[in-house]
Amino acid sequence: MAIELKDVSYVYEGGSPQEIHALNHVTLQIPDGQFIGLIGHTGSGKSTLIQHLNGLVRATAGDIVFNGRSIYGEGFSMKELRSKVGLVFQYPEHQLFETDVLTDVCFGPKNLGLDAETIRVRAREALDAVGLDSSYDTVSPFELSGGQKRRVAIAGVLAMKPDVLILDEPTAGLDPKGRDEILDQVAKLHREQKITVVLVSHSMEDVAKYVDRIIVMNHGSVAFDGAPKEVFAHYRELEKIGLAAPQVTYIVHELKKRGFPISGDITTVEEARQAILQVIGDKI
Amino acid sequence: MGIIKASKLIYDYIKRDEDGNPDGIKRAVDQVDIDIEAGQFVAILGHNGSGKSTLAKHMNALLVPSQGTVWVGEKDTSLDENLWDVRRTAGMVFQNPDNQIIGTVVEEDVGFGPENIGVPTKEIWERVERSLDAVGMTLYRHHSPNKLSGGQKQRVAIAGVMAMKPRCIVLDEPTAMLDPNGRREVIRTVRELNRAEQITVILITHYMEEVIEADRVFVMDEGRVVMEGTPVEVFARTAELKKYRLDVPQVTELAWELSQAGLPMSEGILTIEQFTEEIMKLYRQKSGA
Amino acid sequence: MIRDITIGQYYQTDSLLHRLDPRTKLMGTVVFIVSLFMAGNWLCYVLAAVYLALMIRLSHVPFHFIVRGLKAVVILLLISVGFNLFLTGGETVLVQWGIFRITLEGLKQAAFMALRLIFLIMGSSLMTLTTTPNQLTDGLETGLGFLKKLHVPIHEIAMMMSIALRFIPILIEETDKIMKAQMARGADFETGNLIQKARALVPILVPLFISAFRRATDLAMAMEARCYHGGENRTKMKPLQYEKRDRLSYLVLAAYLAAVIVLGRML
Repeated sequence: MAIELKDVSYVYEGGSPQEIHALNHVTLQIPDGQFIGLIGHTGSGKSTLIQHLNGLVRATAGDIVFNGRSIYGEGFSMKELRSKVGLVFQYPEHQLFETDVLTDVCFGPKNLGLDAETIRVRAREALDAVGLDSSYDTVSPFELSGGQKRRVAIAGVLAMKPDVLILDEPTAGLDPKGRDEILDQVAKLHREQKITVVLVSHSMEDVAKYVDRIIVMNHGSVAFDGAPKEVFAHYRELEKIGLAAPQVTYIVHELKKRGFPISGDITTVEEARQAILQVIGDKI
Repeated sequence: MGIIKASKLIYDYIKRDEDGNPDGIKRAVDQVDIDIEAGQFVAILGHNGSGKSTLAKHMNALLVPSQGTVWVGEKDTSLDENLWDVRRTAGMVFQNPDNQIIGTVVEEDVGFGPENIGVPTKEIWERVERSLDAVGMTLYRHHSPNKLSGGQKQRVAIAGVMAMKPRCIVLDEPTAMLDPNGRREVIRTVRELNRAEQITVILITHYMEEVIEADRVFVMDEGRVVMEGTPVEVFARTAELKKYRLDVPQVTELAWELSQAGLPMSEGILTIEQFTEEIMKLYRQKSGA
Repeated sequence: MIRDITIGQYYQTDSLLHRLDPRTKLMGTVVFIVSLFMAGNWLCYVLAAVYLALMIRLSHVPFHFIVRGLKAVVILLLISVGFNLFLTGGETVLVQWGIFRITLEGLKQAAFMALRLIFLIMGSSLMTLTTTPNQLTDGLETGLGFLKKLHVPIHEIAMMMSIALRFIPILIEETDKIMKAQMARGADFETGNLIQKARALVPILVPLFISAFRRATDLAMAMEARCYHGGENRTKMKPLQYEKRDRLSYLVLAAYLAAVIVLGRML
């Protein structure tokens, strides 16, 4: 079990009349190797939740256990936790600061106190993982396109070799191609390096396509937690909390309602295509 | 001539080296001809770097053509004496909601434009009231913009433009930084303004679902307009859209995939309604046979 | 931390102080600050405290909000108190400890200094908390309008101030975000000596400057798009006009200043 949240609560401005319960008794397990989608509208507590996972925000109640040890326990190194649980913030390209791409990516491993050669090797590997070859090493990050900058920033976290990678809306503001590139690379990392991935996203379509578990947050609590098919089966409830299932789920339900023999738990275009062709495909 | 017209528009960005000397040029907009009729809801699609934002900035004379001509309300944007007329005819809303609100209180921000064009005090208040009402933000008039959600901030920005009584609003990726709720909020507001106030709307975006109800769609790639038509006409060319790095809504994609597999589907299906209708027809034919 | 800075932040509510003309409030703040520097004895400080307390009540701004502004200047406060405490010469020695010596005069001086600074910060916070930055700059622009004749670009200065004030909360939030992002990459801002700590700021400052420049460019474009072209031929949505309450306030102000002067000569 990589990360366990035990009854975690977080309260802003505790005691004052503006007290805000950003997290409300959240209990969750994040086992090694999962690809998790974290969904919720703005203000649902999902950003606060992920900042707990690497100790940037301290829970006001409850405990978080990482690899069997409480992160609030005595002698627990937050710095080490942050290298194991890599967090990529929204618009991460806004944190780039070095004069060239490679040096910027070196920042993380350098903070870990590694030797120069290891740092360089790790940075190069991280850049490879996001699809930027060595011709980019000496380029200023500020001359790159938006999508490329973002990949450099993600590499900056990957270079710390985290076991868990958390990405807060990594595709915000990108066009469809930039979005697909980033998500495909993340999926590849998960597949090949067995990294646990937590993907915070607003796009149900993306989440349905990539993840094997969805956690839905609402008002600081976990509203749903399960495989995409299970969670999207609650699409009516999702709508009530300002979310929705992928469009294809609605298509399938509409077909089913009108008497077309199709399973209601379809969540991707590909599944829908096959299911429909199975029924009427051999006609022509 | 429509309210906005571009003829053989070319725009070159001049790259400069460290000393500021010209060092090559990049053609951002290349031979664009468009003519937008007053009162229409027009969407301009394209991936990042396709030139759509550069084109948008010509509609407000923030940029002037390197070659060719742009007319806004029949005024040539490259002439200095037309500058203020052009900007009053076509208002502009930008991508980042934080970086376009000047006032520290919502109503003061909405009043900023009218103040600049010398509207008398009493009329400023009337305009501010009307504009806030039109975007549904009257309740928040005394709030600080920092406390609003992204969608609300964009509605304030739209009100700020409305208060200048433009005939046309150009929105440059107004939803790119918003969550789905904020996006719906902004699109609904814009559509309502177009419908109720007959304001010409030019919406620049890369979200396909936002253009479904547009009157006309232009698709840009590498600085050129590569597709043009009604949404149905444009969406019918799914393969081509994919080539230009654009998405189609899942229903359109599914219909296209099925037709690729040999099912007789119409082109450019945009609604779940139409999709299920056609599938059910095929299903009944098959079960009947 | 940096979030505690309340100077330049507006607290939204409705009160007499909120409704006053910004020029009145500006003048009030100036008079209050002058009075603090004229204050010669305890009585003056008591009067200033009463006056300030009254104003805070009139403003409907919660007291803790105003106190929060002090946190930002604690260090400055301690330094100046320290200087006054140890470096003021005097007859009555209270404590002698090596070369350090605290005299009664020093203690008095330090206490006055501390009060002066605290009142000064609270008083100016009160003005910005009850005045929107736009009103404030309007006030400056109109109040100092005569400087225009001396070719001082007063409108431009006012506009710059107003924009700076609007972006303070945004940039503070951004600093917080960048700091967290760098901490997630293992950055350490707490340990190390002064030089190391200063170097640790580079990964925060560079992105912050870049972001500020980007915002400035965006904002300039947005203002231009909304026909901004400087102060000429510009009308006002909220033109400044003195009301009865402002005239009354000036009377109160004059009375307060006179009282401070009189009290300062007593004893």
